[in-house]
Amino acid sequence: MLSFHLSALQVVIPLLAAPLCAIFRGPRISWLIALAVGLACAVNSLAILNQVNTSGEIIYALGGWAAPWGIEYRIDSANAFILLIISFIYLVGIFYARDSIKAEVPEHSRCWLYTAWILCFSGLSGITVSGDVFNVFVFLEVSSLSTYILISFGKDRRCLTAALRYLIMGTIAATFYLIGIGFLYALTGTLNMADLAERLPGLASQNTVAVAFGFVVLGLAIKMALFPLHAWLPNAYAYAPNAVTAFLAGTATKAAVYVFMRLAFAIFPDDFFSDLTSTHVIVLAAGIISAILTSAIAIFQDDLKRLFAWSSIGQIGYIAVGLGLASSAGVAASFLHLFNHALMKTAIFMAIGGLFITTGSTTIAALENAGRRMPWTMAAILIGGFSLIGVPFTTGFISKWYLVSAALEQNHWWLAGLILIGSLVTAAYVWKIVEIAYFRKNPDTQIVRQEAPLSLLIPTWVLVTANIYFGIDAQFTGSTATLAATAITGITP
Amino acid sequence: MSATTVQFYCLIAPLMAVVLIATLGRVVPKLYETINASVAIVTFLLVLSVYNSMGEAPVARLVLFEPFAGVAIALQAEPLGMLFALMASFLWIVTSIYSYGYMRGHGETNLARFNIFFAIAISSAMGVALAANGFTLFLFYEALTLSTFPLVTHAGTEKAKRAGRIYLFLLLGTSVGFLLFALIWTWKLTGTLDFQAGGVFDSDIGTTTLNALLILYVFGIGKAALMPFHRWLPTAMVAPTPVSALLHAVAVVKAGVFAILKVCVYIFGIDLLGELEIHRYLAYVAAFTIFATAIIALRKDNLKARLAYSTIGQLSYIVLGALVANAAGVVGGGMHMLMHGFGKITLFFGAGAILVAAHKTEISQMRGIGRRMPITMSAFFIGCVAIIGAPPTGGMWSKWNLLLGTVHSSDWLLVAALIVGSLLSAAYLLPIAVRAFYLPDDGGSTKIKEAPVTILIAMMISAGGCVVLFFAPDFAFDLMQMLVH
Repeated sequence: MLSFHLSALQVVIPLLAAPLCAIFRGPRISWLIALAVGLACAVNSLAILNQVNTSGEIIYALGGWAAPWGIEYRIDSANAFILLIISFIYLVGIFYARDSIKAEVPEHSRCWLYTAWILCFSGLSGITVSGDVFNVFVFLEVSSLSTYILISFGKDRRCLTAALRYLIMGTIAATFYLIGIGFLYALTGTLNMADLAERLPGLASQNTVAVAFGFVVLGLAIKMALFPLHAWLPNAYAYAPNAVTAFLAGTATKAAVYVFMRLAFAIFPDDFFSDLTSTHVIVLAAGIISAILTSAIAIFQDDLKRLFAWSSIGQIGYIAVGLGLASSAGVAASFLHLFNHALMKTAIFMAIGGLFITTGSTTIAALENAGRRMPWTMAAILIGGFSLIGVPFTTGFISKWYLVSAALEQNHWWLAGLILIGSLVTAAYVWKIVEIAYFRKNPDTQIVRQEAPLSLLIPTWVLVTANIYFGIDAQFTGSTATLAATAITGITP
Repeated sequence: MSATTVQFYCLIAPLMAVVLIATLGRVVPKLYETINASVAIVTFLLVLSVYNSMGEAPVARLVLFEPFAGVAIALQAEPLGMLFALMASFLWIVTSIYSYGYMRGHGETNLARFNIFFAIAISSAMGVALAANGFTLFLFYEALTLSTFPLVTHAGTEKAKRAGRIYLFLLLGTSVGFLLFALIWTWKLTGTLDFQAGGVFDSDIGTTTLNALLILYVFGIGKAALMPFHRWLPTAMVAPTPVSALLHAVAVVKAGVFAILKVCVYIFGIDLLGELEIHRYLAYVAAFTIFATAIIALRKDNLKARLAYSTIGQLSYIVLGALVANAAGVVGGGMHMLMHGFGKITLFFGAGAILVAAHKTEISQMRGIGRRMPITMSAFFIGCVAIIGAPPTGGMWSKWNLLLGTVHSSDWLLVAALIVGSLLSAAYLLPIAVRAFYLPDDGGSTKIKEAPVTILIAMMISAGGCVVLFFAPDFAFDLMQMLVH
């Protein structure tokens, strides 16, 4: 019986747990609640993925109200995979947060941070499982509002302007999305994704559908920080508390990417995204420009968090390239990179948090001698960086392989070339870090071994190990991503 | 133990040195070289056992992982790889004997790190040698680049850092930009990356595509140092001598030409290669590289720099052998991989010995040094003869077969390049030995002051190897015959 409610539990557990933190107010108990939510939801997401892959799509009518009237949760291989990513990154992130947050956030406001965090997780889960476009909007707002709060807990006062900037951009995005689905509702009389998918093909020639599509795409492009709509992201990542940055980097933009995929490939008519409107060309172009340009910008950053924030925008560029190919193989490459990028980027930001705890700074200059002072932390950043470049034996290599194959499948050899050039630009900023951490010698200071605390290192290295494991044995991730792509595009690659 | 599983142990054995150095070596730092030498011997014996079993039956493929459907990390010994593995593991033993004297004699620091990355590099080289498909080859090729980087920058000076940057940029750049591209393209076209006798391409694939692929492969394998992607090799000479000797004369650069030979023989197949128009033009690039580097080498006064340019030229001989697309060329290329390995490692050993014993790096300072270091310079002389390709050294057989290959291709420009290249190599190598033995020393004592004894032993083994290979080249020749038939 419980297995029937799995999909609802994923949202309900965090939604109920969040107020508990606000009631108890203790920093320790709040963390324990958040951790318990993480454990429950991680197990739950595995169970869901298993159920979906063995017995097919889960359709769940919330509160027992059937679809046209009630809200429907619909989970197939695609969102089950995203759910798995979000839940596990959340779990590892919370585990990491205890000591990291302790160092950055005053005791009395920690419970509010965990409340916002759990709510954010609930929102992201809701976006993923929902089969109703308006419900997606609601959860989008839940996650966005709590993200603004999370960012404003940063130690640096500039986090407030960063949060405000994100709030303005996020609100514009949500409004665009809402206008878009408003048009759709006026046209079709339904908000249910499955119904929309049935009714829209007959109306595809109407301009209203195109306008609705434009609004929705634009709104989501802002949320996923697709170049050139990425401006909110660098500051938001740079000034949020380290643990929060690690969590956001792995999850926040990912949910938006998923909704984008769902709308473009499953809800709107089949060739709407590609042939009818040629939107895919814009997404592809934005993606590849972003992959190269923002990686180049990252080279010139002096702050590690900001550097890797720019790198995140570049990586989203690669995901957008996969979408822009508008093929099953391309979408599979995007799904795979969603997972792989979550592993590498979260690990990197966690390691940066470790650096912050020991040196009190996240500037590149703070890395001096870090290769000797904190070999484990530095190695985590290094392996994450290798993965971003796409070095063999890391997940990044598998991502690149899938993406380049997908590009070559459509004979876009120039695109394959550009993707690989992007790797070299990435190598440049990773190399900048390596040189300072391992080669810049400061003869005046004596090198004292000063590693980050174990409570930070363990979660970091769990992700690093996963990064290497899935870089060597990509059967699970590869096949799950392919299944996800099949579920969303309806075509077997 | 079947030979199939032993292949895997060939990769694991060098990694044992990493474990031993990190544990035992930490307590007794003096044991580093002993650990290396004993692990090297074990590795060589393992490779030898695979080689012996190959005479009875072909070694089966060993699949380690299958990262995604249809593309596996797999090992399979075949003649060419066996030759490379035998050479690399044997010369590793010699190099670790050499390191006894050199690293301490020269007062190098951070020996633990040095030895650990050295062992990882050897393990990667074994992986390259035994790779059963292009994917596995690529993985270990990149691992080799990354594990040698800390060795190149070992000194930690500004010059070493700059060298490291060029090293990574050129090697990663070409391999990611061209080689990976070519591999994925091949995979998309044929659905396989397995090395197969006669190549993997179907007859219906257009020649334009195949020409483009060949260009990508040949330039993508940057370790073969074909011009214009050769700059990394001279700058990498900033590394300690054992690295220059084993890695930048044997393991790393030979991994490059080995990969080109593999691609020509097992991805394209010699017959198909001969039909592609582009193979001739790429051979001209190799011929130009031979000529140009010889001219540059003539003008270099720094001994290691001269040897580095000589290496680039000699690598192009092997590339040329592969690209003339006939059996003799491939046989010559494969054999030159071995012969040049023994010859060039001797020369680098000599350069290091002179540095340790006489603290000299420039050729102009080495007048009369032969009288003070007779054993070193005699071995050095044999190394020179081996590179030039004259008897009584094994270098003669490989040059002979390479020449046959170019004659078969009836492209007289290539024949001329080969002959002129050999004459030029005599012109830039022999004066070093002549200067050392015949010119008077400018002051200073003429008392014998040789390098440490382990250095001398290592040099005698490798120089002796050059001579032995003149009298007993059969095993290499037989392996190469197996390859082309």
